[in-house]
Amino acid sequence: MSAQAVQRPRAEAADARAGEAPPRGRSSSFFGAMVAVVQKDIAAEFRSRELLSAMLVFSLLVVLIFNFALELDIQTRRGVTAGVLWTTFAFAGTLGLNRSMAVEKDRGCLDGLLLAPVDRAAIYLGKAISNLAFMLVVEAAVLPIYSFLYNVNLLRPGLLLVILLGSIGYAAVGTLLSAMAVHARTRDILLPILLFPLAVPVLIAAVKASGGYLANAPYADIKPWISLLIGYDVIFTSIAYMLFDFVVEE
Amino acid sequence: MSSKSVVLRILDVVAVLLLAASTYLALFFAPTEAQMGQVQRVFYFHVATAWVGMLGFMAATLAGVIYLITKNLKWDTVAMSAVEISLVFFFITIVLGSIWARPIWNTWWTWDPRLTTAAITELIYIAYFMLRQAVDDPERRARFSAVYALLFGPSVPLTFYAIRMYRTIHPVVVGSGQADTLPLTAEMKIAFFFALFAFTVIFVDLFWNRIRLGRLQQQVEQLRLSASD
Amino acid sequence: MITVRGLVKRFGMKTVLRDLDFDVNPGEFVALLGPNGAGKTTFLRILSSLSKPSAGHVMVAGHSLPHQASAVRARLGVVSHLPLLYGDLTAEENLRFYARMYNILNAGARIEEVLQLVGLLDRRGDLVRTYSRGMQQRLAIGRAMLHDPDVMLFDEPYTGLDQDAATMLDGVLRNVAGQGRTIVMTSHDLARAEVLATRFDVLSRGRIAASSTRRALGKLNLLTFYKRALAG
Repeated sequence: MSAQAVQRPRAEAADARAGEAPPRGRSSSFFGAMVAVVQKDIAAEFRSRELLSAMLVFSLLVVLIFNFALELDIQTRRGVTAGVLWTTFAFAGTLGLNRSMAVEKDRGCLDGLLLAPVDRAAIYLGKAISNLAFMLVVEAAVLPIYSFLYNVNLLRPGLLLVILLGSIGYAAVGTLLSAMAVHARTRDILLPILLFPLAVPVLIAAVKASGGYLANAPYADIKPWISLLIGYDVIFTSIAYMLFDFVVEE
Repeated sequence: MSSKSVVLRILDVVAVLLLAASTYLALFFAPTEAQMGQVQRVFYFHVATAWVGMLGFMAATLAGVIYLITKNLKWDTVAMSAVEISLVFFFITIVLGSIWARPIWNTWWTWDPRLTTAAITELIYIAYFMLRQAVDDPERRARFSAVYALLFGPSVPLTFYAIRMYRTIHPVVVGSGQADTLPLTAEMKIAFFFALFAFTVIFVDLFWNRIRLGRLQQQVEQLRLSASD
Repeated sequence: MITVRGLVKRFGMKTVLRDLDFDVNPGEFVALLGPNGAGKTTFLRILSSLSKPSAGHVMVAGHSLPHQASAVRARLGVVSHLPLLYGDLTAEENLRFYARMYNILNAGARIEEVLQLVGLLDRRGDLVRTYSRGMQQRLAIGRAMLHDPDVMLFDEPYTGLDQDAATMLDGVLRNVAGQGRTIVMTSHDLARAEVLATRFDVLSRGRIAASSTRRALGKLNLLTFYKRALAG
């Protein structure tokens, strides 16, 4: 980060400041602020690994429960893989979304972000991107484990694309909703209740598209679902981007 | 604003009369349908209540936008009333749908795109009220509600579209598609369109009443707070 | 530096601030006193642009709120009773992050300067999680000063500090004040306020009930002044 700073000897800098305006904060660049938020979230998470480990363990538990709950033969299991995966991701996702915002709220850091001379939308995008990154990391960990446990190859490019697109839409809406839910006492239960019904189009499309790729269906069958995913992502990222300001202002 | 305006009183009466008339048309005037029998009469109300549900839905989203622009709390009352009415009417739609489905297709529920979307919308409405309940400050509550309405506005149509796509690719045995091609005689059409008209008036009446009730509630709040000061 | 005219803030039906007028000249250190629930925090949140006024005019550092909020934020530093710091990052990382958010030039040098000022230079590489409450407050002040703001707002900064930490904070505040910044500080602690501030304002029932510079106060006991303001 010091690459951004101009390297001048301290004394000289102090002299220059004495004569002219001190290093005031100027309105930060949008992109710079957004990237700063993302880097901050990732750096903090790398230290504690609380979020990622919680999400990962939870995901594996869900996969395990499905195994016993559904008790399927190999043939049928193929058919439900997509559904099991997305259910897992949806629940683990809300864990991450909640924790990510809770960290900001509980130490007052959200105020700290809002006090900076930065466009609110940059903060939104920063948080949404970090949330997306955490979801993707957990998904990337779950896929090989699931493949290993059930002897099915999940590491296919088509499937990975769907997971990316689905996670984008989910994180975009989820980040906005978590900014609202975080104010409530019942925040942990409120976020899934708010998010799931709104995320139905993503979940349907993601499950159908994933299932299609896993069953090696022709692209023509999968295409409408991919289009729906892209459409949802574009629409909701734009809407959430515009509405974030309304959520965090007082 | 303390006593009901004359127009509203008249509207109340008109709404009740229209409901009675519509009931008569649906239950007696319209002929019995050949294939489905008497239970088909449910259809007149089923579609009409769904129509009211949709009106409420659109009103809620619109009121949300207007609130965010004007920041006038009156629009929050409008939005909340619209959601409430839509919630009730979609529920009636679903119940009537079940009553219709059971004898005809021997199932309580069909995963028909419209019905399923209505059910998901009900869940969204419940989430909406849970969100409202979780926020104490009226201004923040109004803001959050409006934001949520602006999110569910586009989400529900996309849900409907997604489920419909799902269904065309995987046609299901239950013939809910039959409802689309239901042939209507002239008398049936009269009953049908009259029901739509009657229920639209009922919607306006209930909406107006509910908004008025909401504003009275606000006034009571205000009085109570200034009395305790 | 700060001009407030006819400020009103309502939460739903409840009016917290009513027709409040407030003026602060550059370089003044105002202690804003008042009982719990008087609206001190609400008022400070409005001045810091985190909250919008229901009515009235507010100008801070030459820009009006809420329309020129971004310009105000660039020249404003806020310390609240919450630390506004990320526990899982080191002190230095926290400051680096905020330096980027405020787009500060020469960040590295500035960060060192600030750490020096608040006496945390030797603990710069430690996680904020490991800091005592007092140290977190000092770092919070450092964070607030990073962009060299003209105006600083402190909301109950002494909350939760033991005697030693409070004494250190005194020192830091004196330093900060000595650099010619305009400061508004809310406090329950009259004794501390008496020592540090150049002016005392009392917020009661949503308005400024009384205001006096230290000089004008003269021999009068601050507690007496405060009590009179609340009663009158």
